[in-house]
Amino acid sequence: MRSGRKPLLSKLATNDGHAENSPYFDGWKAYERDPFHPTRNADGVIQMGLAENQLCFDMIEEWLINNPQASICTAQGLGMFKDTAIFQDYHGLPEFRNAVAKFMGRVRGNRAKFDPDRIVMSGGATGAHELISFCLADPGDTFLVPTPYYPGFDRDVCWRTGVQLLPVVCDSSNGFMVTRNALESAYENAKAANTPVKGLLITNPSNPLGTVLDKETLRDILSFVNEKNIHLVSDEIYSATVFNDKPRFTGVSEIIEEDQTLCNPNLVHVIYSLSKDLGFPGFRVGIVYSYNDEVVGCARKMSSFGLVSSQTQHLVASLLSDDVFVEKFLSESARRLENRHRIFTDNLDQVGIKCLQRNAGLFQLMDLSHLLRDKTFEAEMELWKVIIDEVKLNISPGSSFHSSEPGWFRVCIANMDDQTVDVALRRIRAFVSRSEGAMAASAKKKRCWQNQNRKLRVSLSYRRMEELMMMPPLSPIPQSPLLRAQT
Amino acid sequence: MAIGIDLVPSVQLSRVAESEKHGENSPYFAGWKAYDEDPYHEVENPSGVIQMGLAENQVSFDLLEDYLEKHPEASIWGKGALGFREKALFQDYHGLLSFRKAMTSFMEQIRGGRAKFDSERIVLTAGATAANELLTFILANPGDALLVPTPYYPGFDRDLRWRTGVRIVPIICNSSNNFQITPQVLEAAYENAESLNLRVRGVLITNPSNPLGATIQRQVLEEILDFVARKNIHLVSDEIYSGSAFSSSEFVSVAEVLESRPDRHHRYRDRVHIVYSLSKDLGLPGFRVGTIYSYNDKVVATARRMSSFTLISSQTQHLLACMLSDTEFTSRYIETNRARLKKRYGIIVEGLEKAGIECLGGNAGLFCWMNLSPLLENLDREGELELWKTLVYELKLNISPGSSCHCSEPGWFRVCFANMSEHTLEVALARIQKYVEQRMNAVII
Repeated sequence: MRSGRKPLLSKLATNDGHAENSPYFDGWKAYERDPFHPTRNADGVIQMGLAENQLCFDMIEEWLINNPQASICTAQGLGMFKDTAIFQDYHGLPEFRNAVAKFMGRVRGNRAKFDPDRIVMSGGATGAHELISFCLADPGDTFLVPTPYYPGFDRDVCWRTGVQLLPVVCDSSNGFMVTRNALESAYENAKAANTPVKGLLITNPSNPLGTVLDKETLRDILSFVNEKNIHLVSDEIYSATVFNDKPRFTGVSEIIEEDQTLCNPNLVHVIYSLSKDLGFPGFRVGIVYSYNDEVVGCARKMSSFGLVSSQTQHLVASLLSDDVFVEKFLSESARRLENRHRIFTDNLDQVGIKCLQRNAGLFQLMDLSHLLRDKTFEAEMELWKVIIDEVKLNISPGSSFHSSEPGWFRVCIANMDDQTVDVALRRIRAFVSRSEGAMAASAKKKRCWQNQNRKLRVSLSYRRMEELMMMPPLSPIPQSPLLRAQT
Repeated sequence: MAIGIDLVPSVQLSRVAESEKHGENSPYFAGWKAYDEDPYHEVENPSGVIQMGLAENQVSFDLLEDYLEKHPEASIWGKGALGFREKALFQDYHGLLSFRKAMTSFMEQIRGGRAKFDSERIVLTAGATAANELLTFILANPGDALLVPTPYYPGFDRDLRWRTGVRIVPIICNSSNNFQITPQVLEAAYENAESLNLRVRGVLITNPSNPLGATIQRQVLEEILDFVARKNIHLVSDEIYSGSAFSSSEFVSVAEVLESRPDRHHRYRDRVHIVYSLSKDLGLPGFRVGTIYSYNDKVVATARRMSSFTLISSQTQHLLACMLSDTEFTSRYIETNRARLKKRYGIIVEGLEKAGIECLGGNAGLFCWMNLSPLLENLDREGELELWKTLVYELKLNISPGSSCHCSEPGWFRVCFANMSEHTLEVALARIQKYVEQRMNAVII
């Protein structure tokens, strides 16, 4: 009898599909080791890598105090405890579905109407993306996704499903717009390599760009998926973070309601969540909304693996069916997000840092390419390391978002109070002036060296860069020769 | 290309989507539909279908409500909503430490302190449904097999197989020895899998058993552990009904067996994983509180990462952290709940005896496993389904036929008794007694 043999685990358990070996998480680790606190740890790392919305909790707290019946634990709500606690029907509480459907419509200025019977629950948007992928694609199938994109998709869409993501490369030359050419190109490349494309995944408003798709582009996208008979998954998780009408937010729902000949509705699916718009990531409220009856049916059955706690459904139903509160919340939230946006862009502009123009999201995309040693991803990683280790800001490098151009960094700005904003901006200003000083000095030094010695030697900073390059690949997806589609 | 609304072409979904492995076309669900269409109500619909197919625990809600009334801090409103922000933002897949500690304490109490649990090994999932699927993803590849003793919870067909692509090979147990798992039937199942060219990755047991309503004996657990060690495979022990055993001493957890045999620890440790949930013992299925407890570090780490797809709402974690860390309350709850379930079991067994119906000797769970084979026209699956239709559509009792639980012998039915009032249970028993009487009279005539 042999002893001490270890029983095997599955391939899923032993591969990198969890995608936690990317730098996206290294910055988080730095933060966890040394988290900023205004009084206890004023020199700590400020978390600017987490797209959370903390700007409007006071409004929600006030509502809660005035509405104790929304909890099933308070004296006022206890009468609902038993019925709520035994309710495990995967259709979800009707009042929950009604309230969420109404809220989604309201967020779109009632330019689109959502049917509560198409609302399917999931374990956050994380669960929703995995669920819809399981419904629409087989292992080995491909989804196209415009770059740059949220790194979590690599895990959510691909890990347990076996689906692959193929980037549709967008770049700053046209504000990262998704063009028909780029889509066609990506599609053709996938076809040529025999990787069947099953769908296109867009995020609108975009993470990390913070921009909204214009109507023309959306119509183009819908006609593209229709022509190829592939699915469109539109992640609209940031829909209520749009803070002005320049341009106004248009979701896919509005377009297909307006023009029913443009695209087969059986191809259209929306992903939503309350984690960003309301600031409730802990409550795990994910939504899959499909215009395809079969998908609704299948997704609903699958939602058994990630239902929303009925206690939370009850709370959300109460909160979102209070029309007066919802109105007030949406307008005030937009105002505060716009204000935060202006503070950052103004201050960054003053030190010569330009941001991608945006009117949505909980983050800015900063252009730090002028601070790079050279226009390479190695230089971007070097700069990122400096920002984490020396400036003590956990921001996210564009490469973690599969950006095609080095130098872009996403910085989250809605997850902190005003005081912390000041500290962060101060550090950035100080860093920029140090860097400019250093670059000027090194340019001068470089000229001296070049004059003295034509051969450049590998410096210490290069060695550090090489260490960084030893890190596991950014993408857990098996390396396809067609990893990028060219515009 | 314009497409009219009526000519919308169908589009392809995934193979998983098209498959039937969600299992909803089985009789298990047809009975539910009958109930949905005509639900019994004591006053409003006394001749409606009584739901006896849903293993819910409704006997102890008063204890929970009483606790909440006295403990406003369990709500995130508790301190004037000041705790709200932290909870709303908390999405760490490690879960709230206070909640994990409360869960381990509760699990230890259920086992009478005979096993200790480490809160760092607790992984949270939205229900045991998610926990069982998640473990399957970790322990087996698509096309591999898990061995599961029959009869088993019908939901496993979906939870273990649907999205994972893993197969279930039954460990066929039978009534000659009260459906106990023996080394022989384990070996037979393993060989069966091999003959089908399937690689076996583990054994999944439910202890106490659903649908049998009985605990697995210590000796059997030891034999199962020996078996999985010999075959170098995993053991998943779904202990979701552990707090529903009628007496604490009668339930032996695999954790206890592990701890009582430190000499064998190194052979067993990395193989053993426990699934738990609060859906049955606390009667809170709506809250989606499931856990995986593994003695294997790599499984814990991987499960934790995978739990991102199915975390427990922090609002709910907070509530339960408060409740379950009140050990005086939980100890009282566990004891009272056990006693009430035992009493219910007594009522139903007695009522069935009056109708001449035998049940498997049970000592746990929310249901009993009754033998209706004497009432079958034909002692086969069709005969069982015929009787089942009569029970659902004529007696208006939604109970579960053994075939939906993959029982190898026709005539066994699972009937739940804890999801209704005592009065409703008496009504159900009266219907059964009347039916049996009618059948006997018909025979005589």
